[in-house]
Amino acid sequence: MEVTAHDILLIGGGGAGLRAAIAIAEANPRLDLAVVSKVYPMRSHTVSAEGGAAAVIAANDSIDEHAYDTISGSDWLADQDAVEIFVNNVTHEMLRLEHWGCPWSREPDGRIAVRPFGGMKKERTWFAADKTGFHMLHSLFQTALKYGEIKRYDETFATKLLVEDGAVQGVVAIELASGKIRAISAKAVILCTGGCGRVFPFTTNANICTGDGMALAYRAGAPLKDMEMMQYHPTGLPQTGILITEATRGEGGWLVNKDGYRYLQDYDLGKPSPTPVFRSMELGPRDRLSQAFVKEMEKGRTLKGPYGDYVHLDLRHLGEKKIDEKLPLVRELCRNYANIDPVHQMIPVRPVVHYMMGGISTDTSGATPVKGLYAAGEAACVSMNGANRLGSNSLSELLVFGARAGAAAAEYAAGAREPSTRLLAQAADEETRINRDYLNRNGGRERVTAIREEMQRAMEAAAGIYRTRNTLEEGAARLAELKQRYGSIALDDHSRTFNTQLIAALELSGMLEVAESMVHAALRREESRGAHQRTDFPKRDDQKFLAHTMAYRNAEGPPRLEFAPVKITRWPPGERVYGR
Amino acid sequence: MADKITLEVARFSPERDDELRFDSYEVPLHENWMVLDALNYIKDQLDGSVTFRWSCRMGICGSCGMVVNGHERLTCETLLADYLPGPIRVEPLRNFPVVRDLVVDISDFMEKLERVKPWIIRKEGAPEPEREFLQTPEQLETYKQYSLCINCMLCYSACPVYGLDPHFIGPAASALSLRYNLDSRDQGTAQRMDVMAQHDGVWDCTVIGECSVVCPKHVDPSLAIQEYKISATKAWFKNLLMPWGGK
Repeated sequence: MEVTAHDILLIGGGGAGLRAAIAIAEANPRLDLAVVSKVYPMRSHTVSAEGGAAAVIAANDSIDEHAYDTISGSDWLADQDAVEIFVNNVTHEMLRLEHWGCPWSREPDGRIAVRPFGGMKKERTWFAADKTGFHMLHSLFQTALKYGEIKRYDETFATKLLVEDGAVQGVVAIELASGKIRAISAKAVILCTGGCGRVFPFTTNANICTGDGMALAYRAGAPLKDMEMMQYHPTGLPQTGILITEATRGEGGWLVNKDGYRYLQDYDLGKPSPTPVFRSMELGPRDRLSQAFVKEMEKGRTLKGPYGDYVHLDLRHLGEKKIDEKLPLVRELCRNYANIDPVHQMIPVRPVVHYMMGGISTDTSGATPVKGLYAAGEAACVSMNGANRLGSNSLSELLVFGARAGAAAAEYAAGAREPSTRLLAQAADEETRINRDYLNRNGGRERVTAIREEMQRAMEAAAGIYRTRNTLEEGAARLAELKQRYGSIALDDHSRTFNTQLIAALELSGMLEVAESMVHAALRREESRGAHQRTDFPKRDDQKFLAHTMAYRNAEGPPRLEFAPVKITRWPPGERVYGR
Repeated sequence: MADKITLEVARFSPERDDELRFDSYEVPLHENWMVLDALNYIKDQLDGSVTFRWSCRMGICGSCGMVVNGHERLTCETLLADYLPGPIRVEPLRNFPVVRDLVVDISDFMEKLERVKPWIIRKEGAPEPEREFLQTPEQLETYKQYSLCINCMLCYSACPVYGLDPHFIGPAASALSLRYNLDSRDQGTAQRMDVMAQHDGVWDCTVIGECSVVCPKHVDPSLAIQEYKISATKAWFKNLLMPWGGK
């Protein structure tokens, strides 16, 4: 086995990982750091983010308003100390990215342009047309190239965190091209592996969003926080789940039912007006809009299509010039994937799994309870998104908390001991496991594709926009059974060279555990808050559940669940008011 | 409309094969299905060993470039129905070593990208920002097109010069280098010119323009290379006439 050593490892090369890497290179150039990513960094899912990134910059805006919007948007489940750190640092972070070359859209006089977004009371969403994530990721990646000391393990999949003496000291990883299994030691590891949308069948998330870092941390003893909080984005294309950005509504798009009626007015989201109104109607928060769709469907007022019920997103009144200037990707996606032109036709849309508010529990420095282990971005739960994330807060979050996790890990690694020599035995065991259970195994009955598809269907049935004890218990039973069946999985592909089926099997094993944490956390939270709507407990219950669920892995069976308090600083829990 | 179509997929395993061979698979022809959907159907339902890269399936991550019936394409935005009645031949990108089946080794590009310094260079270093650098929409427009490169490598596959001379810096790296030169916030043109004006820089390009034809994001790298040649020539003359001046 090849063994290499670094001071710090970043697992994941998307926005959070690259921001953390730059922070480390700047904080302490003597530290030896490496990015381990299962795809080339510029392929990471940050690339698909469209609408923008939030940070106060307009003269009429304030940091307190950004904090209030974020906290009320979270249905008061966000930790307010984290939110305060976020809003206080995000503008500076965004300016740094501007200085690194991100091609932000501009006002005629050259200042940063900002657009309205859902749940935000002011225009504060910076954008690069509607390819914001693409431009942020490429700017970060290209800037990271400047720091020659950042070593990269591209297309290398981490299978296990190595833990010795109570501290994380490295990973075992498979290099796809050669199939080589490597032990890579480090004094600190930062997980920036993104979300887990692929646990569900219908998602905006890329094929790579399989919750790998969440599974790695969970298996190393770190708790997963608020995993029941999965966000449905209200506007995805029905066949593919491809995202149609919220910026369409920020720019003035309307959601209408089969009668051409702007139905959101029936769901306590305000009254329709021809131009967008902040925190109202189509600029309401994502959880409320996705829930309104389900209610509208139950009333029989949605349209029926071959890929399920849908409503229309109408951009026609914005005109061709505005659509081409502000929403060019939306037009391209509609033409390519739905065979329509939004300049002349309405876009069919339906809610789609989009973003995990929960994740690896961290403090405001990105540290997990496991020594030497850090996390940032969608993989982590710091928590600033609580029960519902506002659109355009996630790209901003990965900058602020990616940088903080990098700085904290750099400080920790500078004073940490050299990794233990006993790591090698653990790494050798992991290599043996991969060979025995996958590459050298013949005759198993189960196929990766079948188990993955059954898991996805089970999750949609159990833990969709509305949940109830019955659906969740059924889902938990299905997942337990699928975990059993996974034990006799067999690959068709036993090659060492670029074995994507092996990677898919390893991803699936992690997804089954992540899915289980979601269902059990959802069972335990007997209230409705934000994205978590229990039809058997339709009210928010601050007495019992103004708290984070913390899922700890058990070697056998479902996770152990605990509650941790929510940090309230200046904004006591109140009613979420939109449109009035 | 037909309800099935046949794909002939290039196969290559370094552990087993000396050269590419082809396997045929019949797949259902669903409405709006792309070549990538067909490949995923094959992998999930017919043959789990077929190997290719993909991720976003929405034309932005740049993973799934392949050669489809002889032309470089992003398979996630290439409709199966456009190739009726078939068969459709799917091959790996040209001019790169094949790792396996439809996966090629792009490490040469990764090295070249780094060489052209694709980041903002400031004379004073990297100061902590007080506020944004002003940049008007017109200034943004001068480089915007070149910033849209998704590194999908279709242009390198289509470039006959790169095929003959692997030292050629190539279309995407040239476009991205120029993208920073044209950015009003950048002061690094001279440093990049040192790389680009070398013999294996832009001068190798013979203006065939295939790179711009295949580019799925309309970056027009061929134009970037010509702009580079003009500014390199201008800089050379300027240096000859005014050795003390210039950016």
